[in-house]
Amino acid sequence: MSSASTVPPEPTATASTPPTAPRAGQSPAPADAAFADVTASEAALRRYLHGLPGVDAVGLEARAATLGTRSIKTTAKAYAIDLAISMIDLTTLEGADTPGKVRSLCAKAITPDPSDRTAPRVAAICVYPDMAAIAKEALAGSGVHVASVATAFPAGRTARPVKLADTRDAVAAGADEIDMVIDRGAFLAGRYLEVLEEIRAVREACERPDGSFAHLKVIFENGELSTYDNIRRASWLAMLAGADFIKTSTGKVAVNATPANTLLMLEAVRDFRAATGVQIGVKPAGGIRTAKDAIKYLVLVNETAGADWLSPDWFRFGASSLLNDLLMQRHKLSTGRYSGPDYVTVD
Amino acid sequence: MSESKSAKSGGTAGSRAGGTEGAATSARIGVLKTYKLFVGGKFPRSESGRVYEVTDSKGNWLANPPLASRKDARDAVVAARKAVGGWSGATAYNRGQILYRIAEMLEGRREQFIGEVAAGEGLSRAKAAGRVDAAVDRWVWYAGWADKIAQVAGGANPVAGPFFNLSSPEPTGVVAVLAPRRCSFLGLVSVLAPVIVTGNTAVLVPSEERPLPALSLSEVLATSDLPGGVVNVLSGRASELGTPLAAHQDVNAIDLAGAGPELARDLEIAAADNLKRVVRPAPDREPDWRGDPGTARMLPFLETKTVWHPVGS
Repeated sequence: MSSASTVPPEPTATASTPPTAPRAGQSPAPADAAFADVTASEAALRRYLHGLPGVDAVGLEARAATLGTRSIKTTAKAYAIDLAISMIDLTTLEGADTPGKVRSLCAKAITPDPSDRTAPRVAAICVYPDMAAIAKEALAGSGVHVASVATAFPAGRTARPVKLADTRDAVAAGADEIDMVIDRGAFLAGRYLEVLEEIRAVREACERPDGSFAHLKVIFENGELSTYDNIRRASWLAMLAGADFIKTSTGKVAVNATPANTLLMLEAVRDFRAATGVQIGVKPAGGIRTAKDAIKYLVLVNETAGADWLSPDWFRFGASSLLNDLLMQRHKLSTGRYSGPDYVTVD
Repeated sequence: MSESKSAKSGGTAGSRAGGTEGAATSARIGVLKTYKLFVGGKFPRSESGRVYEVTDSKGNWLANPPLASRKDARDAVVAARKAVGGWSGATAYNRGQILYRIAEMLEGRREQFIGEVAAGEGLSRAKAAGRVDAAVDRWVWYAGWADKIAQVAGGANPVAGPFFNLSSPEPTGVVAVLAPRRCSFLGLVSVLAPVIVTGNTAVLVPSEERPLPALSLSEVLATSDLPGGVVNVLSGRASELGTPLAAHQDVNAIDLAGAGPELARDLEIAAADNLKRVVRPAPDREPDWRGDPGTARMLPFLETKTVWHPVGS
């Protein structure tokens, strides 16, 4: 990041971050000071984002593919599987979601494998805003967070006051984390400042009555951004706007998380921390179904961002069927027998 | 000329065409055949990248088929499980038609199978032809059972109450089949056809020493409207593949026809954990597959579903 390297790093900010909700309670967008000139005007922001180095698409995909060939076996595999389970945002985002379905998913989040209590809990349950209160009640005292999508997920095609009201509702219902979608229409039309201001506005709407903030995850919908350059720009835009997490996709379009676009976002958070001292999390979502895939992503995290990100506070999987596959792999490791879908829940 | 010669010499034409005989009589270089596994309707190599040598009964090299690993077995079970819904849900008539079509395709490849059986089992060409014809006939015979087995294995039960009580046989699911070691084609058909005709899907481990007819059969299956994954063929060692298949929690039954007594015992123990149905091999030596098979190999892979329904008044 040639342009970012001019900014003096502030390493203390990372060292002192608490394990969960790292910036909860602080005022929004602490990176603002360092990048105040960049976000001062539409023209400055465009100049900055378009000044980011172009992405070598072939090199990026080759790098992601190479890292995907690492062989993770035995104890390392057992560690990776448990880590991956603890990083899952167990998701149900269907029109047909019922309170009963959300409650049963919450029960699974707390005890993923009833036959083996050593299996770790998942990180969070991800639901639509109207289900957030139900999930909050079902998860009370368990330590599993409630994440709620908001801002007219998944398209985000509605007026800003509606999006902000959506967000406030979810926070009021007890959501610990808000997954917002950016306005891809504005982004693709080049109205970057509008996108930035919207993220900031949503971030302010994440404020709870006691002054703390719900964790904000910003979804880019990489499949709709078309190019790797756009994904890099969106990453920096969201980080400048004060996102706590950047998330690949909604899971509702054809192209979701891929190793390559996740690698790109991991590079962005690594460079952002180097430039500002602020650590941002990454969440790939959609299309990650097997334990093997999940482990490939963990290798990407370790090799790109570093071991600091190998924690549910900094890396999450947005997934639903992934958990069952991880549990079946866990059975395999503990019993030596291949397990089957009859031995995990149907959700 | 060269064509009749290769047929006469025992016909695994592709794999042997590069031999000295062919080179002496024509300038053409033969195209060697790469035998592959058959998993989920596709022809992959083994995940392990391994192959092993298969020879004819006199020890002459025939081909290098893949040596499947336990991960191939795992993938095959996933493919077979995926195919269960569609195949068991198809109408019995439709399954029968598809099996009959497979028999038509087998007939068209008769020469190839005769060549492979003759080379692998060391039979004369006439005897091998007899085995292949018997196998095709058996396939047709089993195809006919698709819409008849329910009448034989199911029925209306008289009960002491105002109910209709109906039993119907349902496929058990994914069946692992260790095919007979000696009789490489008739024996193979005799264990495979009864499994799939009733709506089960199969993971088939053919004879380790004589896998070529099974691998050619998979080419027939791939072109006969049989949905991908209904039959999966893994060439390799029964001892290596049998263990993960017998212990696999997502396999419903295992046919041990091709396992020796010690292996069969071990696999039966491994299969007990999730209450798999197990068909034991013949006690002393491999049976003569030419006899009338009856329904004995179809019934073990069926579950009886019984429905009680009040009699209307």
